[in-house]
Amino acid sequence: MATAAFDTPKLRPYPVIPLVAEGAMAHSKPFVASPAIQSAIGFPGELTEGWEQRAIAKMGELLQKYRSLRVYMDACVHCGACSDKCHYFLGTGDPKNMPVARQDLMRAVYRRYFTFAGKHTPRLVGAVDLTKAVLDEWWSYYNQCSECRRCSVFCPYGIDTAEITMAAREIMDSIGLGQKYANEIIGKVHRIGNNLGIPEPALADTLLGLEEDTKDETGVDVRFPLDVEGAEVLLVTPSADFFSEPHVESLIGYAKVFHAAGISWTLSSKASEAGNFGMFIGNYEQMRRISLRVKDAAQALGVKRIVVGECGHAWRVAYSFWNTLIGPFDWLDARYPVPQHVCEFTHDLIQRGALQFDKDKNDDRIITFHDSCNVARGSRMGNLPGGQFVIPREIIKSVANHFHDMAPGTIHEATYCCGGGGGLLTDDLIELRVKGALPRMEALQHVVDAHGVNFMATICAICKAQFSKVLPYYGFDMSMVGGVHQLVSRAIRLGASE
Amino acid sequence: MSPLAVAYAALLYLSAAILLAGVGLKIRAYLRTPAPLKIPTTPAPTTTGGVALRLAREVVFFESLFRSSKWTWLFGWTFHVALLLVLLRHLRYFQQPVWAPVVLVQSVGAYAGLAMVLGLAGLWARRWLVDRVRYISTVSDHLHLVLLLAIGGSGLLMRFVKHTDIVALKAFTLGLMRLDLQPLPADPALLAHLALVALLMMVFPISKLMHAPGLLFSPTRNQADTARERRHVAAWALALERRS
Repeated sequence: MATAAFDTPKLRPYPVIPLVAEGAMAHSKPFVASPAIQSAIGFPGELTEGWEQRAIAKMGELLQKYRSLRVYMDACVHCGACSDKCHYFLGTGDPKNMPVARQDLMRAVYRRYFTFAGKHTPRLVGAVDLTKAVLDEWWSYYNQCSECRRCSVFCPYGIDTAEITMAAREIMDSIGLGQKYANEIIGKVHRIGNNLGIPEPALADTLLGLEEDTKDETGVDVRFPLDVEGAEVLLVTPSADFFSEPHVESLIGYAKVFHAAGISWTLSSKASEAGNFGMFIGNYEQMRRISLRVKDAAQALGVKRIVVGECGHAWRVAYSFWNTLIGPFDWLDARYPVPQHVCEFTHDLIQRGALQFDKDKNDDRIITFHDSCNVARGSRMGNLPGGQFVIPREIIKSVANHFHDMAPGTIHEATYCCGGGGGLLTDDLIELRVKGALPRMEALQHVVDAHGVNFMATICAICKAQFSKVLPYYGFDMSMVGGVHQLVSRAIRLGASE
Repeated sequence: MSPLAVAYAALLYLSAAILLAGVGLKIRAYLRTPAPLKIPTTPAPTTTGGVALRLAREVVFFESLFRSSKWTWLFGWTFHVALLLVLLRHLRYFQQPVWAPVVLVQSVGAYAGLAMVLGLAGLWARRWLVDRVRYISTVSDHLHLVLLLAIGGSGLLMRFVKHTDIVALKAFTLGLMRLDLQPLPADPALLAHLALVALLMMVFPISKLMHAPGLLFSPTRNQADTARERRHVAAWALALERRS
């Protein structure tokens, strides 16, 4: 099915909060997972008789398991602080894309079944029965949230819509209503080892090809090792790094850093994926099982360190959840953080003087940096709060001469989502993705006009894929987006070439 | 003793009991529900002291709201600070002798009542004037503001327009504290004021007023960013771990 035609929003000189346009995105819905996709990862195949009761029972279970959900269902006062903070609202004007209204889709049901006021005076507090019409709205609007957490920065109580979206998706999965894109990927990561479904021979072949290409480019034998036992470092990176542009340029960058630093490393064919879509669907057990692959691979290979490549949500899972899900990591080298982000890894080497760069090789690029939401608001790098903002920028400034930040309020913890995160990076949601990118595109346009920026670096596979797709809708060149290690790759000195 | 005093004493005891028990039960439920994952909104403090400071800034200054919306902050913060002063001012009805700080706050507390009503009026105006806020406002959102405005209005009426017999009132409230029922002045403004306050106490635990304790239990605000240093496994998650 081709998606219906839509108009790309116009870039305006100054951002304007749209007027409420009711129902503007009510038609946006992702493809539903087939029974085969659902059952492969342990969910019911489809909606069947009695789903309402099962959904309410699941909600009750989640309210017992997650304090976030329980507190956030009660605490909202409808103050409206979040109402102009979601990129999907700003890009579409659909009021149900205001975080508060998105939360209220669940809150209305919560109140009806779990609170005194909602049981006895539903009209007064806006409580509703869980009907098929309500479920249809859930399906539409909980698949219009990229779980980016920008709303949680601005909420006076820290209410995090991502927690509620995750719970809603978990409830829908548990009654047989799953999202095709995300759940198919989770099946693949278990069956094949990565989200793209690249089998081991194809991966090995690709890496050999990269070794040849890098040799041609630099004259140096930079290795891309796979399944090497006894390597010092296991690198876990999004599988897009193996096959997609511009992602692969950063993979080449990591390999050059390992080469220049003389640190042995390996990729794993078993854990050839850093991404963890278990988080997107709010399923703790999936998230844990997907994480366990990494632990198993690391132990089988006998590595001493685990480094994670440029991937936003993967870094949130790795940094914030791995220790809880699959720790403790007392079997790894305690002198290094576990896990370590590849930017922390490179930054550390730069600080110790272990890497040398020819910065002028990036002189044709005027660079800005897009903070990816999960890195910015769901994790950290380094020892200090906010290190996740400093370290990637420090790397860029070490390898290039021209850097300009986008406007405050659109970067750091207030960064705008690319529009494709949270399991929405699928063509059946392209209208949402294009419109949701509007706030970022306006901020980008501003530095393009002011400084001639022609390259937006980012450290997330989803951001890279999303921007490659949507930049042209706004009149930008798709090759404007790339990785931080793509910049490193171009400027780094490899010993043998001198 | 007049039936009026008996009825009001009963109402106030009942509403105070509902407030305490209701909020207590809610807090117990929050405490018993685990937060199975580290989800502080980063950048977040890395120490418990830092977290306490972050929460204190939220409670005292409404830091996040300030970043979000200056108008909502102005009206909301004004209302809450004024409410605090007004509540402190009202403590004199429950003390004999009255604490020095409560004496100090008396004069400013009276004008805080005005500020409180102005803040509420601003908050209510937003519900009509800003289309996004109008869209999300429910009947109960409006009624909460009406209730608070009516409480503030009846209080201001007694303070600035038509004084009530506060000596008799204080005898009544002190009597409530000592379980020694005293007569209650039959002033309509006072009776309305007290009945509305009782209603507010009763709806508190079953309404959005739970945002007050809710903030302290919000994992995005009350967790330290120590994910790599410390495991954070919930009991139900540990069961999964044992099974595999």
